[in-house]
Amino acid sequence: MSNPLVDMQKPDVIFAIGTNMTECHPVAATGIKKAQAKGSKLIVADPRRIRLAEIADLYLPIRVGSDVALALAMAHVIVREGLVDRDFVADRTTGAEAFFEHVGQFTPEWASKICQVPATDIETAALWYGKADKGAIYYTLGITEHICGVDNVQSLCNLALMTGHIGREGTGVNPMRGQNNIQGAGDCGAVPANFPGFQPCNDPTSVEKFSKAYRREIDGEKGITKVAALNQCGNGIHAMIIDGENTVVSDPDRNHCEHALKSLDHLVVIDIFMTETATLADIVLPATSWGETDGVQTNTERRVQRLRKAVEPPGQARPDWWIVSEIAKRLGAHGFEYHSAKDVFNELCELSPIYNGLDWDRIDKGEYQWPVPTKDHPGTPILHIDEFKNGRGIFKVIGYRDPAEVISDEFPVWLTTGRRLQSYHTRTQTGRSAGIDYLLAEESLEVNPEDLEAWGLKDGQTCKISSARGSLEIKIKASDVSPRGTVFTSFSFADVPVNILTGSGYDPITETAELKVCPVRLDAIPDA
Amino acid sequence: MIAEAEPELKALTMTVDNQTVNFTEGETIYQVATRHLGEKIPTLCYDDRLEAFGGCRLCVVEVEGMRAPVASCTTKATDGMKVTTQTAKIEKYRKTLLEMVASENRSVDVDPLSGYASQELRTLVDHYDARTGRFAGKKSGTSNYDDKNPFILRDYDNCISCYRCVRVCAEQEGDYAINVMNRGFATQIITEFNSELRDSQCTFCGQCVQTCPTGALGDAKALRATEVEGKIEKTRSICPYCGVGCSVDIMTRGQKIVGVQPAMDGPANKGALCIKGQFAFDFVQHEDRLTQPLIKQEDGTFKEVDWDTALDAAAEGYRKVLEKYGRHAIYGVASGRAPHEAAYTMQKFIRAGFGTNYIDNCSRA
Repeated sequence: MSNPLVDMQKPDVIFAIGTNMTECHPVAATGIKKAQAKGSKLIVADPRRIRLAEIADLYLPIRVGSDVALALAMAHVIVREGLVDRDFVADRTTGAEAFFEHVGQFTPEWASKICQVPATDIETAALWYGKADKGAIYYTLGITEHICGVDNVQSLCNLALMTGHIGREGTGVNPMRGQNNIQGAGDCGAVPANFPGFQPCNDPTSVEKFSKAYRREIDGEKGITKVAALNQCGNGIHAMIIDGENTVVSDPDRNHCEHALKSLDHLVVIDIFMTETATLADIVLPATSWGETDGVQTNTERRVQRLRKAVEPPGQARPDWWIVSEIAKRLGAHGFEYHSAKDVFNELCELSPIYNGLDWDRIDKGEYQWPVPTKDHPGTPILHIDEFKNGRGIFKVIGYRDPAEVISDEFPVWLTTGRRLQSYHTRTQTGRSAGIDYLLAEESLEVNPEDLEAWGLKDGQTCKISSARGSLEIKIKASDVSPRGTVFTSFSFADVPVNILTGSGYDPITETAELKVCPVRLDAIPDA
Repeated sequence: MIAEAEPELKALTMTVDNQTVNFTEGETIYQVATRHLGEKIPTLCYDDRLEAFGGCRLCVVEVEGMRAPVASCTTKATDGMKVTTQTAKIEKYRKTLLEMVASENRSVDVDPLSGYASQELRTLVDHYDARTGRFAGKKSGTSNYDDKNPFILRDYDNCISCYRCVRVCAEQEGDYAINVMNRGFATQIITEFNSELRDSQCTFCGQCVQTCPTGALGDAKALRATEVEGKIEKTRSICPYCGVGCSVDIMTRGQKIVGVQPAMDGPANKGALCIKGQFAFDFVQHEDRLTQPLIKQEDGTFKEVDWDTALDAAAEGYRKVLEKYGRHAIYGVASGRAPHEAAYTMQKFIRAGFGTNYIDNCSRA
């Protein structure tokens, strides 16, 4: 997030797109509700009539995968109505004129046909956001899990740049991170393009720095993503180590993923449960869990906070850092003689410019948001105040593209997937917490009641749902949350492995899967 | 838009218990007094995250020039005001109020596992020696034991109608799931249509439980550990679910995690939690946990081994692949759920171990 969570109560206009915040980030969503109570206007764009849509001042039920078209048309209106922040654009950005000329062709009427919402509502959204003193954008995976995920994000950045809604209190472009330490995993350099602290793997200075620190020569080019690695299993990639991820249930195209992991010569999985992924491993190593581990995690607003151990782990379970270090030492790697989580974290701080000002003791109270470059630095709650990381904010000229697969006679229904309030990810945790079943005992496919009637299906009936990749059986639930022609389910329940269906395409830059769009067909299963 | 000029702050002063103190316009007597003197003024309906309510009347103070005591939580401080917080008259008034409250509840002694604020009534009743039973008789509130939800105990026999639950649900959560029916002794906290919480707008965030000062609303999950021996210890940590990073206190008795309470001073959540952070903690000590390193046998089953055997085999597997296929045949996947130290050592394992950047985490799915 460019801005801190407390800023959620400060904008005049909040534009929430592709985020089911009341279910996926419920505590953050309370900030939006409070902002509304103080008079802020809330614009929600989401295919599903989620709770946030219910409370919105303006709701745009856009078709799945049409976000770029919406943003282009909003930019069109902002230019046409003279709502561009000319000073901000002149002082802080580059590429504006080409972008402004580009959006001239993308009228709300044009977008209306793609997004399937009234042009006047697109117009209103643009006017509200464009005229706001403080406009803030919030988004989640509804923006990124598309073949055009990067385009989606850059489209939102274009809107913020042209209106100057960034670098100030109560504004910004704010992605809500979905997992407790997914931000931290990136901060720590567990990505193929960056060393710790987002120092590029293809930057010679950084390569030299880490080659020296780690006492061995490191490649001067980026690695491959996990998606690419899974594609190369058995043909290029022959061994993996997976920590705390139930890859075969959470990732797209489950059959492909299972096949990939099975074709490895050597697979080590570190986890707290025997997950579906762990069963495929040659060696399974028991890790300590939350509540049993001292450590650090970074939240969605870049706040670096301490986790503390409250109880002893069961049996022989050990901290992940210890397990990985022991394997590394056995392979002769240098620098794994850690005695505690503190040793590991302090090494990270030394090597990462955004953490240079931090250390284990300094983050005791969790008051710092990175970057914290020096020991006397107060932290950075708001990014981009005086300048952008690379100098100027760059407008990107982007066009609309259809999703990787679009509905057809064979697969005439849009499927979109996500999470639910009561369950988390693949339910390795929530599925083992007493009481959750009382509220959410099984998975279901949410279908609009009018569609049910039109398609000859019934509420509570089990149907077969198929995509170009596979099919499975799922119970139908009539729900007004689903719009006509679009159905929804979560990926949480192992007995309804919805990711058998997904995986139609990947963003060419991030290789993030298009989990939010998958054309499917529903077929009734005759009663036995 | 032109930024409005900050209004010039006038130096405002008042006296509280003969001390001259500063305050800013808009502050209540309670806020000023508490900031300067600490939490000396008793309250039951007060939660500093909520709008002042003025319902319990325990926070009354004497103000020079005013005939009757005033509720300090709803009375704004004014320049030159002279306030006394602890006179004999006020203390007697507070004791009488507490005697009345205590006499109409089934019990003022509730298990501390009930919730964060659950001991407030008991503490005050003991402080004011108010267990006199002078007003024993009519009771208010009817417990709703029919609501079988596994998270929130609804024991309204112990309700004192402070409305903190109703207000936290509305003001903090924006859910408006619960409301008040009737007045006086007939007061009852209900959901819309007086149904079960599951059928209301309730999201089971637990905020009502944690603000309840009497245990009328109780953390039903934590209360399962009533019989577990040992003092309740609290360990400050961060919730393990989404990316908001809410601060929590993990409650333990001995080696058992018995519950979670929100940290009121948590920088990201200021006391708020959701159903997962509040109630979905017991996966940690679930019987399904892996407790031993495992190696897969020829027949596909796993065999328990000691750490050295497992780690040697793990390293040997990578060594063989390295020899046969080279450095770029090995790939590491770090967790977005485990702490920094896990992700950091994993990327270092790949980079220092094999000299490649063949490392990723689960953020692409």
